[in-house]
Amino acid sequence: MNFLYPEYEIVRNYDKCISCRACERQCANEVHEFLADKNKMLCDDSKCVNCHRCCTLCPTHALKIVHSGNTYKTNANWSGKAINEIYKQADSGGVLLSSMGNPENYPVYFDKILLNASQVTNPSIDPLREPMETKVSLGAKPKKIERDKNGRLINNLPPQISLSMPMMFSAMSYGSISYNAHESLARAAKELGIVYNTGEGGLHEDFYKFGENTIVQVASGRFGVHPQYLNSGVAIEIKMGQGAKPGIGGHLPGTKILGDISRTRMIPEGTDAISPAPHHDIYSIEDLRQLVYSLKEATDYKKPVIVKIAAVHNVTAIASGIARSGADIIAIDGFRGGTGAAPTRIRDHVGIPIELALASVDKRLRDEGIRDNVSLVVCGSIRSSADIVKAVALGADCVYIGSAALIAMGCHLCRSCHSGKCNWGIATQFPELTKRLNPDIGYKRLVNLFGAWQHEIEEIMGGMGINSIESLKGNRLMLRGIGLNEKELEILGIKHAGE
Amino acid sequence: MQREGQIRIPSGCAISGIIDTSGKRMSGEQIIRSIAVMHDRSNGLGGGFAAYGIYPEYKDYYALHVFYDSSAAKKECEDFLERHFDIINLSKIPTRKIKEITDEPLIWRYFVTPLPTKLAESQLDEREFTAKCVFRVNTRIQDAYVFSSGKNMGVFKAVGFPEDVGRFYRLEDYEGWCFTAHGRYPTNTPGWWGGAHPFALLDYSVVHNGEISSYDANRRAIEMYGYKCTLQTDTEVITYIVDYLHRKKGLTLNEIAATIAAPFWQTIERMKPEEREAHEYLRTMFSGQLITGPFSIIVGFENGIMALNDRLKLRSMVVGEKDSRVYISSEESAIRIIEPNLDKVWSPKGGQPVIVHLTGGEAQ
Repeated sequence: MNFLYPEYEIVRNYDKCISCRACERQCANEVHEFLADKNKMLCDDSKCVNCHRCCTLCPTHALKIVHSGNTYKTNANWSGKAINEIYKQADSGGVLLSSMGNPENYPVYFDKILLNASQVTNPSIDPLREPMETKVSLGAKPKKIERDKNGRLINNLPPQISLSMPMMFSAMSYGSISYNAHESLARAAKELGIVYNTGEGGLHEDFYKFGENTIVQVASGRFGVHPQYLNSGVAIEIKMGQGAKPGIGGHLPGTKILGDISRTRMIPEGTDAISPAPHHDIYSIEDLRQLVYSLKEATDYKKPVIVKIAAVHNVTAIASGIARSGADIIAIDGFRGGTGAAPTRIRDHVGIPIELALASVDKRLRDEGIRDNVSLVVCGSIRSSADIVKAVALGADCVYIGSAALIAMGCHLCRSCHSGKCNWGIATQFPELTKRLNPDIGYKRLVNLFGAWQHEIEEIMGGMGINSIESLKGNRLMLRGIGLNEKELEILGIKHAGE
Repeated sequence: MQREGQIRIPSGCAISGIIDTSGKRMSGEQIIRSIAVMHDRSNGLGGGFAAYGIYPEYKDYYALHVFYDSSAAKKECEDFLERHFDIINLSKIPTRKIKEITDEPLIWRYFVTPLPTKLAESQLDEREFTAKCVFRVNTRIQDAYVFSSGKNMGVFKAVGFPEDVGRFYRLEDYEGWCFTAHGRYPTNTPGWWGGAHPFALLDYSVVHNGEISSYDANRRAIEMYGYKCTLQTDTEVITYIVDYLHRKKGLTLNEIAATIAAPFWQTIERMKPEEREAHEYLRTMFSGQLITGPFSIIVGFENGIMALNDRLKLRSMVVGEKDSRVYISSEESAIRIIEPNLDKVWSPKGGQPVIVHLTGGEAQ
């Protein structure tokens, strides 16, 4: 007996339904069924993940998905969700799994921060008439300038990542997402003048040509890591942690390790790809320094090294250590960051909001005088251009964007990536599903989204009278809190609205 | 009411400057007449002057000009100065009682040189030692404020219209080879003399008209390098940026202009490779020192001045030349009033620095 009543209900308008069976073909979860003798479509709500594939593809808009509305006896302590999760675990004996970012009702600080604009004492700047600069450069800055014997400045900058806008696609491995999704990201990065990130699954041989727009990741499983791989991108990222599952490794089931994915990851077909929770050669900060320099040695000091960490309680101390480890860039992933699969309890209860982590880390590195040692990249989760402007004004050099990019390609945030049956062809490896994402369209939608956000950033900056993103960075006077308490304002380093 | 430094006060302004490149000294009378023309660009809540070459008899000593709100602060400050410096001369700064200027603090002047033992102990060079001591007084000693600390130069400022401030300080009694002036239009009442401009550190002085939109980005960047922005004004942060880039990093004035009022990337892309590389380097290396939003500034330093507009030229600034004199002002009228027959007059483009050095040998 299954104790769980379906959470969502598929409502079919039979006046509109023409029994074309598109919904049946589109649903990998086999929700829809055609009763030939009655010439009628039926659906099994219990299998529905609410991904909206059928609703979107239905030619007559005969389908919609609503809350089933079935409720347990009202209880302020025992929510329906809590009860259902117990039923699931009592049934399976397993750890609860979830995907994408933390959906729980924690404060979203970006939504409690307001932006400034110019009035009277200085003019706003019209981005349609004046140049508006969003170009950023990520990497360490040396302490001293040097000159040649003629007095000319010598370019003594360590390697940098140059971006047309303060946005990058965040790490999503080939394996967790499809070939077509990777191709879309790589092509979009190239057209936009930014970079995407391979994630920990290695780099498919077809995509080496996008090297100028690629960050290659080295994670605890070291899948697909070899000298050519390390030298193929513009930067190397050491993944120490991920916002969705701090302290936890990764697990890509053997069923997804097929063909190209097995070859790219350099592991046998059908074996589980298990990334250990820690790097087993990094048990402390001094070990991290060794890996940073090992990677620099392997790439002739031509690639900046990024260290990505999850935002946890002592993130400031960790960041301070990393800023002295030889790393060029620190990426911090907040507790709302997405994932292809994570234990639900970890995803929903571990880590801290990125806004607080960013504000604290930026301040700490400045207080210690080491902010120039590194650039700061933040993620988890950035949902709009306004979030980006707020992140930069809090002190970030750049943001990573994952979930929003997936949404642009069709993801409907059903949070079922771990099932491997993504109806949108993104988080799946089934050929009949992956072919649904056309990279010609997927890449274009990404270019559209980022282009639109860039325009919005320019508009917002222009309104503030700022015409270069450098002048927004760490410019916290441009921010005001709304409905925040003294402690929150202190941590964010901003004033309250009206002050 | 919060005073300057506890709150950020935007303000509009007038600026003016005169330099005689031959090093010949002139009285302070002219600069007062120049800034007085732009009376309506100030609102009586701040005015001041920087004068270079005015203390030839003490030119090897740092001239500290200090405001005190109490005699206890004066005692504490003087004790501190005595522990760190050899005080060659000290006196009240001469002033004239006029009805337009009221509520003056105690205003003192000290000619000093660092004590050799203290200097050696600090492992700093002489200028850094002096700058650190100035910061120390301004942040640690309540009611004491060092507002001028250069050699053979001095700042004179007060709450009032600039022409009244000039008369109050008897500026006509001083002779120098360069003067800059500032009239302030703050958008609320600071009522504190330290908040008036010019702002100065060591030989660097800045008068500024504008409201920069990059303020907090600049402030937070510069505070990482040991500066403390106690006044929360644009002028203060611009002075520290100039000091940092010029004195500490060794950039040339042209390089400083290319950093704080940087050409747009699209302009840099069209430059010749060598020039392009230098600009790309400066913008990347010193991205925290880029200043956006409207400004026109005159920076005074030990042997010249630099005038600079923001890169979009969102504030007026005019330059005039006559023989060995160069005039810079917010309005041409403020130049014409003292020199009607100019050889040349022009408006520099946004981001284009006008750098004027003394050519007549060492300043007198």
